[in-house]
Amino acid sequence: MKHEVFEKNSIILLIGILIVVAIGGAVEIAPLFWVNGTVEKISGMRPYTPLELEGQKIYVSEGCNVCHSQMIRSLRDEVERYGHYSLAAESMYDHPFLWGSERTGPDLARVGGKYSDEWHRAHLVDPRSVVPESIMPPYKHLEATELDYRDIQAMLKADRSVGVPYSDDQIAHAKEDLEAQANPDSDGVDGLKKRYGDKLNIRAFTGQPGRITKADALIAYLQMLGTLVDFKTYHPEAPENRR
Amino acid sequence: MQTPAVEPRWRFDLYILPFILLLGTIVGIAWAAKSPEWAMRMQGWTFAGCMAVIGAWYLGMYGASRVPDDESGLYTNGVVRAGVIASMVWAIAGMAVGLIIALQLSFPHLFYFPDLPWTNFGRMRPLHTSAVIFAFGGNVLIATSFYVVQRTCRARLWGGSLPWFVFWGYNAFIVLAGTGYLLGITQSKEYAEPEWYADLWLTIVWVCYLLTYLGTIIKRKEPHIYVANWFYLAFIATIAVLHIVNNLALPVSVFESESFSLFSGVQSALTQWWYGHNAVGFFLTAGFLGIMYYFIPKRADRPIYSYRLSIVHFWSLIFIYIWAGPHHLLYTALPEWAQTLGMTFSIILWMPSWGGMINGLMTLSGAWDKLRTDPVLRMMVVSVAFYGMATFEGPAMSIKTVNALSHYTNWTIGHVHSGALGWVAYVSFGAIYCLVPWLWQKKKLYSNSLVEWHFWLSTLGIVLYITSMWVAGITQGLMWRAYNEYGFLEYSFVEAVQAMHPYYIIRAIGGGLFLLGTLIMAFNLWKTVNDEGVESVPAGKLAMEPAE
Repeated sequence: MKHEVFEKNSIILLIGILIVVAIGGAVEIAPLFWVNGTVEKISGMRPYTPLELEGQKIYVSEGCNVCHSQMIRSLRDEVERYGHYSLAAESMYDHPFLWGSERTGPDLARVGGKYSDEWHRAHLVDPRSVVPESIMPPYKHLEATELDYRDIQAMLKADRSVGVPYSDDQIAHAKEDLEAQANPDSDGVDGLKKRYGDKLNIRAFTGQPGRITKADALIAYLQMLGTLVDFKTYHPEAPENRR
Repeated sequence: MQTPAVEPRWRFDLYILPFILLLGTIVGIAWAAKSPEWAMRMQGWTFAGCMAVIGAWYLGMYGASRVPDDESGLYTNGVVRAGVIASMVWAIAGMAVGLIIALQLSFPHLFYFPDLPWTNFGRMRPLHTSAVIFAFGGNVLIATSFYVVQRTCRARLWGGSLPWFVFWGYNAFIVLAGTGYLLGITQSKEYAEPEWYADLWLTIVWVCYLLTYLGTIIKRKEPHIYVANWFYLAFIATIAVLHIVNNLALPVSVFESESFSLFSGVQSALTQWWYGHNAVGFFLTAGFLGIMYYFIPKRADRPIYSYRLSIVHFWSLIFIYIWAGPHHLLYTALPEWAQTLGMTFSIILWMPSWGGMINGLMTLSGAWDKLRTDPVLRMMVVSVAFYGMATFEGPAMSIKTVNALSHYTNWTIGHVHSGALGWVAYVSFGAIYCLVPWLWQKKKLYSNSLVEWHFWLSTLGIVLYITSMWVAGITQGLMWRAYNEYGFLEYSFVEAVQAMHPYYIIRAIGGGLFLLGTLIMAFNLWKTVNDEGVESVPAGKLAMEPAE
């Protein structure tokens, strides 16, 4: 075929371009949705609690992902520094993913439980108060701003529509569950545990029960990161996890 | 197809486009009135304001039911002039924000306002990347593509006021997206940060862009479609596909900014980097190659080196680029087969890239002496050299063992800037230096020696920038993986942060010099247009404008 065909007919040129650029994407991306083992079979992953989900939205909104990755690569030094390499399953409820591309600051995929709530609170207000060499900007306003969670039920519903398996019960009690997680003495704690399991951080994260700030949500999210998967149940050599 | 310019009352664009603007204003006001979020209400006002301003411009331009000057000449030049001005404004703004955030990383207490969340690095970084890539780069692409397609097709832009709608609509998108980041509205995906409503608006604008471009090619008077137009067309069409697929998301409600991406985890990651890498491949490469294929031959007054090579370059480049996305995800939870495929195609990509570089450089055959006397041509030739360097470095960094060291470090930042400053910005500057005298009918630029100053200051800036980031990145990578004699990790993370300090400062100086060069350029262009000492081309010569 002579190239002249493309040079003299704009529509054929356009169609040619679209076909040529479609191939690579189709071959690489489409199989990820149906090839077995793309996402490992493991136990422990659960949808985020309403407070954690709000925290994740703040993490995105403030651009934390610009400097912090959440993807530990399968390299010796990374595993020793940050913990078990990240599994695809660990971000299966992240819409979108937050793996990041830069480590201006350290990886946060397993930061949960490594520092106290108070450390996080102080660090967010003034990072250099706890890490003098840090170049992180201050996030003082998070603690000063009350969390607006009027739309939490709509958030969970939207998240379910794109594939996160929230139950009707979880959606119906979204607001109570959010409040309960930030107040360990409240009556809602039992319901929260019933809906999301026992492995939960239920605390007044910034030390002020009854007042839920953006910092509470963000710390609840950070303290959960990397703690969900039970690695005893993960067998990398099992056929269903071969990739 | 050929709408007569003398009958403005019956033109589709004068009905549909103002209607879209009116609808946009109403939607904006609805957000401003009904949204529960403060940030979204601000976005509503911003959007409504933009729509109203564009609407007022429409009234001024077409309200008197006269034929605007722009539609009576041989070519539509007004929108190209507007694009050139917008490019320079955004270039200065975007680079200034870049300098601020570079200084923040060097001295965390500079530009330090703990009570003002929008001054933080996390919100300003997307402002910088979007302002330089999409605002500066995008306006350059719109302006040059509109200029080039008319000359190479010997046809005026199709669609009446449609090109103007594209220009205004695109810049409204930039304003909406940029102010959104500062308010904390982002969907986190790099180079696709704007939320669902801004994405929808861009989709409308982009379809109009494609229609204008394709419409102009269809009514061309030249039998062949010139090679620059293949690249522009591939850029416009592919960006449309990438933009739509990567931004598929479900908003929490129509009155809220937040949304949930349709894809999650690993699928979301590869879709994003399929998009992200091809924003580089098609926005920052194919589009700017369109500039190269028109402006370098034009300025050097030589034909393209090899037509056959253009054909091979074009098809192989657009085919292979699409596959390279997974090299952003090596050693991650992305399945091994996809990583290997991505790495392989990234290395193959070296060849078409260098084919294009050779085609651009060898076009200078027989005109190399002009590099001594014409700093504008020199800038464009250096840009092609930087293109060659960055497209060699890229495949090298895609090799898994290299990537194990370079990924997550400042090396990536250095690599991006050797492409962005050396290639994209330089070829844009070259094109704009050509365009301003052509568009404003001047015989030459106000000062060639100011172009020399611009060239050397910014070249020094690029060298400081990329060398400091190479050293910084490799230092980081080596410190993270260093073990001491007992087999423990040698350095804590923060020690590697501390080690970055001098390199961050050198980088900021490099960026500052680059910005300084851009300011000199803006001054030079301003004087070219406004200084009475610069001779104008006599009006009768307008018909003789350079055509391909």
